[in-house]
Amino acid sequence: MNPVLSVRQLEKRFGAVVAADALTLDIPAGQKISLIGANGAGKTTFVNMVTGYLKPDGGTILLDGMDIGRRSPRSTARLGISRSFQIPQLFVELTAAENLTVAISGIGTRMSLRAAAEAQGRRDKAVELLERFGLADLADRPISELAGGVRKLIDIAMALVRRPKLLLLDEPTSGVSAEEKFRTMDRVIHAVAPDAATIVFVEHDMEIVSRYADRVVAFYQGRILADGLPAEVLSNQEVRRYVTGGAR
Amino acid sequence: MRKDLHPLVMVALVAAVTLAGRALPTWTLSLATIAASNALIALGIVVLARTGNVSFGQGLFFAAGGYGVALIANAWGLNDAVAQVIVGAACGGLLGLVIGPLIARYTGIFFGMLTLALSMVFYGALVKSTALGGSDGFNVGRPSLFGMSFTDPREADFMLYAVSVIVTGFAGIAATILFRSEFGLASLAVRENNLRVEYLGLSANRMISINFLIAAIFAGASGAFALMAQRHIDPQFAYWTTSGEFVFVAVLAGNQSVAAVFVASMALELVRSFSNLYLPNTWQLVLGVFLLGVILFLPRGIGSLWIRGRRKRPTPAAAPLAAERGAAP
Repeated sequence: MNPVLSVRQLEKRFGAVVAADALTLDIPAGQKISLIGANGAGKTTFVNMVTGYLKPDGGTILLDGMDIGRRSPRSTARLGISRSFQIPQLFVELTAAENLTVAISGIGTRMSLRAAAEAQGRRDKAVELLERFGLADLADRPISELAGGVRKLIDIAMALVRRPKLLLLDEPTSGVSAEEKFRTMDRVIHAVAPDAATIVFVEHDMEIVSRYADRVVAFYQGRILADGLPAEVLSNQEVRRYVTGGAR
Repeated sequence: MRKDLHPLVMVALVAAVTLAGRALPTWTLSLATIAASNALIALGIVVLARTGNVSFGQGLFFAAGGYGVALIANAWGLNDAVAQVIVGAACGGLLGLVIGPLIARYTGIFFGMLTLALSMVFYGALVKSTALGGSDGFNVGRPSLFGMSFTDPREADFMLYAVSVIVTGFAGIAATILFRSEFGLASLAVRENNLRVEYLGLSANRMISINFLIAAIFAGASGAFALMAQRHIDPQFAYWTTSGEFVFVAVLAGNQSVAAVFVASMALELVRSFSNLYLPNTWQLVLGVFLLGVILFLPRGIGSLWIRGRRKRPTPAAAPLAAERGAAP
């Protein structure tokens, strides 16, 4: 199967800190891949380079064979890569539905001058997306009034608006209580399933990783320490030593 | 959902205010004309402020509109008030079209300082330009309307009042439609988090440029009104204190309501006129106290007086629901 995303010899340094050291990785369509690693291992840098926020020092990033290494976040979004953030990046003075309406208005080439609340089908689509996450009743609430877990889900819903080829989720369960993390992740996977065939999620919780990932890539000091099935990677001695600290 | 005024109701309001000018005393006509002109340029600042950027140099476009109209009026005898407004708006807009994309990549204080710097460069060039009358400027003739000349001062004042109220009123209606639209919503999103906007596939720079262009068009038209009212133009149009006055109106109004811009502009002109009349040596002090009072008691501007009440507040039962959902989505 052809990879959706193909990364070759990716390099990134911040002064003396090596954030990506000859990273080479293929991500086939349809997989749910978890990126794990200690803080500073290079996971978020990888996500930032793939989405155009950071420009790599060297190497190539191919999306369906097209080099996207020098493109902007706007351009990568239009090509089919979407992301959510560790800290939800929402428009806090707007309502949940308005946040999604802004995201939906980014799909077309021009924006309507009709009232946002009346624009044909856009509000319906916003509410439908919120419905998938079980949040339709909060559509008209300002983000500033919503709790962190809800904001996280709305952040992911906004990333889904473009029906991306590749969806990158940065720590989707961070800030969610231990009892609720599986329900949160179930809801995310269920909501994402119809639109995003390929999901890459950065995660620190190994229970989440082993339950939801088809494949795990362990990062350490900008390199890939291990890459394979969750059971294999999480039982790898080096991963246990440098990443999970003997977890599980 | 908020109940907003229908545009046709707004058109009726503009017509009513225009006709009300017939009953107003002459001194209020010129005051209202200046207030409408200032409201137009302040409205542009509010449009731009919705993207999170404030221009401290709208005097640049104000002067460009005024000088453009004055030069064309003197060279080709174009004295029609409506044509002059169109020419002023075009001059401001053309300049905005060039400058907007160049400075849209800057934000916050850098954006504000750049606009201020550009207006002061223009001011310096005008002062040094003998062809444009240098620091003294030059005069223009009395405006006409559709071939009609107004020799009676009362009629001339009413004509200017009517044109300024109609043009500013329609600009206000256009701004209201813009604020309620998807584009207006996306502009607010740019103000809050322009990187997220880019991640959604939208161009924050393009939205800032378009809002900047609208502000420049409004400023150019406002410059034409100021010229018609004074029948004289000089480099003071581009000076930083002139720009500051427009920002003053925008701050008084806040960015939540178009109507607030007109109320703020009229309030400022009234406070200025009466304080100048009764306290001629300390009228600036009165203005300062007035602004302090508004900032202290209405930090979101005069518009928050009626917008605040319309904001939907969480009910006591709904607030815990949000907290619960955060913990257990």
